[in-house]
Amino acid sequence: MSELGCSLLSVGPDEDREWSMQDYECGVARWCPGCGDHAILTGVQRLLEAEQLAPEQTVFVSGIGCASRFPHYLSTYGFHGIHGRALPIATGIKLRRPDLHVFVVMGDGDCCSIGAGHWIHTVRYNPDLVALMLDNGVYGLTKNQTSPTSPLGLPSNTQPRGAYLPPMNPISVTLGVTNVSFVAQTGDWVPAHLYATLQAAFRHRGFAFVRILQRCPQYTTNLFETAVRDPGLVELMVHPAGVAVPDLDRIFKNQVRHDPADLAGARRLAEADGKIRLGVFYRNETLPVYEETRQVPVRSAAEKLTLLNAELDRYAV
Amino acid sequence: MTMASSSPSAPAQAAPPGGRTAPTILRVPEHTVEIVSDPGEGAQKCGQIFGRVSAKTGNGVWTVEIIPAEIQPPARTPSSASGNRIRIGTRAVTNWGDAANLVVAFNEQVLLHRHRLGALAKDAIILIEDMWATHDDPDIRKAWNDALEELGERSYRFVYVPMEQECLTIIENPRRGKNMFALGMLAWIYFRDLDKIRGLIAQEFGKKAPALYEQNVALLERGYRWADEHLDVRIEVPAVESARPMVVMNGNQALAMGAIAAGMELCAMYPITPATSASHYLGDIFERFGGIVHQAEDEIAAIGVALGASFAGKVAFTITSGPGLALKTEFIGLAVMTETPLVLVDVQRGGPSTGLPTKVEQGDLLAALYGQPGDTPKVVMAPATMEECFLCMTTARRIAEALRTVVIVLSDANLATGVQPFPRPEVSEPWLAEPPDLAPIRAGLRPYEWDPQRGVSPRVIPGQPGGMFTATGLSHDEWSHVGYTPDVHERGCQMRSRKLAVFQQMLKPPAVNGAPEGDLLVVGWGSTLGAIEEAVARAREEGLSVSSLHLRFLSPLEPGLKEIFQRFKKVITVEINYSDNPDEPFITSENRRRGQLSWLLRAQTLVDVDCWTRVPGEPLSPGQILQAMRDCMPQGGRR
Repeated sequence: MSELGCSLLSVGPDEDREWSMQDYECGVARWCPGCGDHAILTGVQRLLEAEQLAPEQTVFVSGIGCASRFPHYLSTYGFHGIHGRALPIATGIKLRRPDLHVFVVMGDGDCCSIGAGHWIHTVRYNPDLVALMLDNGVYGLTKNQTSPTSPLGLPSNTQPRGAYLPPMNPISVTLGVTNVSFVAQTGDWVPAHLYATLQAAFRHRGFAFVRILQRCPQYTTNLFETAVRDPGLVELMVHPAGVAVPDLDRIFKNQVRHDPADLAGARRLAEADGKIRLGVFYRNETLPVYEETRQVPVRSAAEKLTLLNAELDRYAV
Repeated sequence: MTMASSSPSAPAQAAPPGGRTAPTILRVPEHTVEIVSDPGEGAQKCGQIFGRVSAKTGNGVWTVEIIPAEIQPPARTPSSASGNRIRIGTRAVTNWGDAANLVVAFNEQVLLHRHRLGALAKDAIILIEDMWATHDDPDIRKAWNDALEELGERSYRFVYVPMEQECLTIIENPRRGKNMFALGMLAWIYFRDLDKIRGLIAQEFGKKAPALYEQNVALLERGYRWADEHLDVRIEVPAVESARPMVVMNGNQALAMGAIAAGMELCAMYPITPATSASHYLGDIFERFGGIVHQAEDEIAAIGVALGASFAGKVAFTITSGPGLALKTEFIGLAVMTETPLVLVDVQRGGPSTGLPTKVEQGDLLAALYGQPGDTPKVVMAPATMEECFLCMTTARRIAEALRTVVIVLSDANLATGVQPFPRPEVSEPWLAEPPDLAPIRAGLRPYEWDPQRGVSPRVIPGQPGGMFTATGLSHDEWSHVGYTPDVHERGCQMRSRKLAVFQQMLKPPAVNGAPEGDLLVVGWGSTLGAIEEAVARAREEGLSVSSLHLRFLSPLEPGLKEIFQRFKKVITVEINYSDNPDEPFITSENRRRGQLSWLLRAQTLVDVDCWTRVPGEPLSPGQILQAMRDCMPQGGRR
């Protein structure tokens, strides 16, 4: 960390301490029974433990919505911000505190609707952080309004005769942005795959975008239901450079070998109809991350003062 | 100076070289110069260098940019006037004055624009490019003749200058060189040192383009020689050597440098006039100081990035103008609610909506104070001079960190682009203090451990072992636990507000300029300081019993105002924002919409504070304010 020049770090994390799952838990999650958020929270807590991330060195940033309650149920640092704006906050944290592990948790409304501009541009900045987009295809917290990822025809309180527009495809959108670095999709009903994907995203250097397909037990109970019941409707993307979960081979017979380095192939698979694809679409670790692109020399107050006086000289009368 | 004959359509010949008598030298305590051209002809650059060399000569200086709102307005039209007004004086100059005494105009249409606005003194000396009088295009010749006829209504003194012809001896495209020729003429007229000007031209072009430097210097010298050979009046504004070292810069440069002096580490912004030039300057130098300018995808993301960095313990600010302030509203509320320190600079322009992007207005005061839904107590302060633009950034950072709150700094287009010399700031290391370190926190410290009396609480930042909490925009208790109960919300609101009361009690009552009691007290804020104080001085010379008071803190308001107000028969604010004129149809004392500061003062003091406000898109002049004072003297006021 010192080579990143974070002068803030007078005290580093306690290297000897071993962290358990309990060290990351905080309170009782107040999501509906059956909500996918519970499984995702457990997966994240497992990841934190497996990676032994010091809670004080970890920050979860969220927007507004059911999913965005996430940081309250973790005993790391957290910032539960405003609707759609988790990504700028997270970018600001990572930009000047690259020593911190930064995670963003947002819903489909946060990411694909009110905060869509930030989503596109954060892909392009490519800060080294993990962004989880918990996509249940509906606005749950505000009680059943149509989201940009709601299936065509899905009735809601704002579009009671069914959604008028086809859903947007967050994967193909992300894959279309300059500097795209890591794009994966997983589902709340496949915890092993979810965990492996979280781990791959965390270990990736760059902006790791993970769309987690999930159901809302209140408003979109049937979303992906056929796929949940019939693994034949799911296609796993497998590759040594992707996520590997050998245990799932017995269940998911449909598998496609896809090299995550292949962007054109990723885009084709993202847009192909028929199956729900889980796995890593794209991964490129060679791209510069924003906090390094914008790395600046560390200056002491004395050095700044000298430079400032030299600058004032230029304006001297 | 060679004067035109009475018929403007028949330009007088400049005096022939040789056999001339020595020029007359006018010694004056101050003089106001304007240089106006079509955009792209460089009048602004000429004006800026003239202003800076005048400051370096030891004159008091205040400059104001004359900016067309469009990038490429049609050439040779009144709307295309672009340039600079430079008021120079023996003593400090604090505002742009009433009217220009000498004008250099590159065509008659831009001159006409200034004339129609009443910007020119009735005996102004006008040096004007004469090529249009004999132009091939008959429409242009007619426009010239019509314009000069209209200008002939006033007794201006014209000097016809063959700028085009002279510049053609040095460069092929005089559009790119007349400004330096004009600068040369001004240098001769005002006894400016050519070496100093060469030095400033070198700063502009020297490193990047040596050939351009040589060419500009040749044009400068040509203009100087032409003036020496043809003009017969020179103007001397005696300079007084300052006892203290001085610097000269505009308000946005001062803000940017002030941000560095304040130890800022991140400026997150989105391009918006007239704030952006501060970011341009920071973009150029900030990285050397270990700072970053982050150009975000929009105004909302800009404040979000600054807030994130500040939450993480760094010193960050965001800078914008009115439309950007509107977009940042929700994030300001979040910063207040989570008690995350944040400095937001609003370089105000004319509004509402896109309004007058390049022009001055003080219309964002109430938006800054009350623009966010819910109760969002915060500090709002307004620098009144270029020097204060520099200094206020350190003050803003300190307050933001000490109170864990948002500090909005209200500058404006007048300060942003105006150039003024001021005493060189003596920055010391404590200004640049590091933000808090990551020492483990005391066991059991709550993230909002409010001092029940003062409402302040120690700041905890990510990386501090034992301090983990989730900041939230939801109503929360001292643990940052979400709570919707009446007591939790009431207490949070109370604590966030209490900090301001504590801070207000640390402020000193504002100083009254002039007698501490009398007939009329004029209250102002922001960039109008100089014009108001000059008007007050003139009014007192006329025997009017007038004083003034200038506020730097608008939230919380500085203490003791009511007591001060009660010592005057009448109190008015002078502001550059809209208010209904009481003489207009339908306007009554009940429905009259008042100036923003007067609205605030009335509410806070229950004193019947009147207002005189204008929204001309340009700075107020002392003469205008003086007239307003005369008009609103209370009955029985002494003359």
